[in-house]
Amino acid sequence: MLQTRVIPTLLLKNRGLYKGEEFKKHRYIGDPINTIKIFNDKEVDEIIVLDIGSDLRPDFDYLQTITKEAFMPMCYGGGIQTLSDAQKLFYIGFEKISVNTLFFKNRIVVKEIIDTFGSQSVVLSIDVKKNIFGKYQVYSNCGKKKQKESLEKILEEAKEIGVGEILLTSIGHEGKMKGFALDLVQKVQNSINVPFIIHGGAASMNDLKEARAIGADALACGSMFVFQGIHRAVLITYHSFYQKDSNE
Amino acid sequence: MSRVAIIDIGIGNIGSLANIIRKIGHEPFLIQIADDLEMYDRIILPGVGKFDAGMEILEAKKFDIMLKKLAKENRLIMGICLGMQLLFDCSEEGEKKGLGLISGNVKKFKFNDNTKVPHMGWNTITIEKKSLLTDSFVNNENRFYFVHSYHCCPKKEENILLSTFYGEKFVSAVHDNNILGVQFHPEKSHKFGMELLKNFMEKICYKPE
Repeated sequence: MLQTRVIPTLLLKNRGLYKGEEFKKHRYIGDPINTIKIFNDKEVDEIIVLDIGSDLRPDFDYLQTITKEAFMPMCYGGGIQTLSDAQKLFYIGFEKISVNTLFFKNRIVVKEIIDTFGSQSVVLSIDVKKNIFGKYQVYSNCGKKKQKESLEKILEEAKEIGVGEILLTSIGHEGKMKGFALDLVQKVQNSINVPFIIHGGAASMNDLKEARAIGADALACGSMFVFQGIHRAVLITYHSFYQKDSNE
Repeated sequence: MSRVAIIDIGIGNIGSLANIIRKIGHEPFLIQIADDLEMYDRIILPGVGKFDAGMEILEAKKFDIMLKKLAKENRLIMGICLGMQLLFDCSEEGEKKGLGLISGNVKKFKFNDNTKVPHMGWNTITIEKKSLLTDSFVNNENRFYFVHSYHCCPKKEENILLSTFYGEKFVSAVHDNNILGVQFHPEKSHKFGMELLKNFMEKICYKPE
C-alpha cells in the first residue's frame, strides 16, 4: 500500500538554512548540506528545499552539491523562471520542482514544463493567509504579494494545466508549532484531485495524524524536525508516519 | 568495479542516478551519442516525462535503433520509470510506437473512487517471480519511491518480476531475458534502491550469444 509521506521542508537563504515564523523572523539554523545529509541518513520520505533568499535564479552550483549525497526524492522551489531552469534542476538530481511566483507571473512556462517533463514533476506551492473576514487569500513572492484570484479559482486552474501536486502552506501557521490549519485542509481536500501536501504548524505526531485523517495526502514540516524543546534548540530529527513517537 | 552506460539525452534524472552508481562502487558513463553505447554491456535508460516526447528524442538521436540492436546482442538494458515504459510496444499516453523490447502496452491508472493519480510516494513490492535483481531482499521490507500516472501491462505473465498495489495490483518490475524495467526510482529509494542497483550491477551478468 502507498505510505503517507512526511516531508521535511528546508528554507534556504544565501547558502544557509533558515527557519522563521509566518514567513518572517528568519533565524539561521545551520549548514544545508550537513542537514540534508542527516535527513538522508534518517531515510526520510522526501525533502522539499525552498530558496527564499531572493527572486534571483536558482543557485545551480550550490544545489548540485546538495543533491550529490541525497538518495531520496527531492523537490526544489525558488526563482525558477524558465523551462531551461527546470531542465537544469532535473538534471542535477531534483525530480520535482515547486513553482509559486512563476505560476502567477507566467502560466505558459509552467504549462511548458508540465508538457515537457510531465505533471508528476511540477508541484504548485500555494501560500495562503486569512484576511480579517476569516477568508483564505492567496499570496505569491514569498508571502509578500497578495493575489486577486481566489484559492478555489487557483486550484481549478492548477487542475486545468495539469499540475501534479499541491503544496499548501498556511502563512499564519508557519513556524508556530501549534498544529496544521485543519479548517484549510477540510476546505480544499475535495477540490484537489492530485496529491496534496499540507504545510505549516506541525509540532507533533498527533498533528500529522489529524491532518491525514481529514484528507491531506502528505505532511510537510519545518520546525518540528529542526527544533527541540520550548527554547527551540536546533536539533535535526525525523519521524516517519509509521514510527511510534518517542515523545508521546 | 563495473561500468554502466546511462543514456543522457535530457529525459531523466541523470544526476542522481550517476551519484548512486558511484556510491555503490561502480562507474557510470553518461552517453549522449548512440554509437558510444556499443562499448557497454550494461545500459540504463532513465526517463521522466511523456511517452511521445521520450520516443521522439530517442529516435532523433538514433538511440532506438541502437538499443534494438544491442538488445539482440544480449546486452543488459534496464529502463527506469518512463524508461521502463518505453521498452514496451505502445502507450495510452501517446501515439508513437515504443521500443518493443518487451511485448505489451502501457495504460493509464483509472479509478472510480477518489484514489489519486499520479501514484506518488513510497510503496511496497511483492515478488511475483524470483530473480537475481531481488534475490537479496529479506523480510519483504523493501519499499520504493514511485511517481507515475501510467503503468506497464506485459503480454506474457512470465515477464512480471514485481507487483505493487495502488488502487489495483499493477506491474512494478519486468524482465525479458536481458531486458529489465522498474517503474519506481531506485536512485531515490535510499538503501532499498542501492540494493537493487547493486544486484543489477553485480549479480546479473552479460552473456554474449
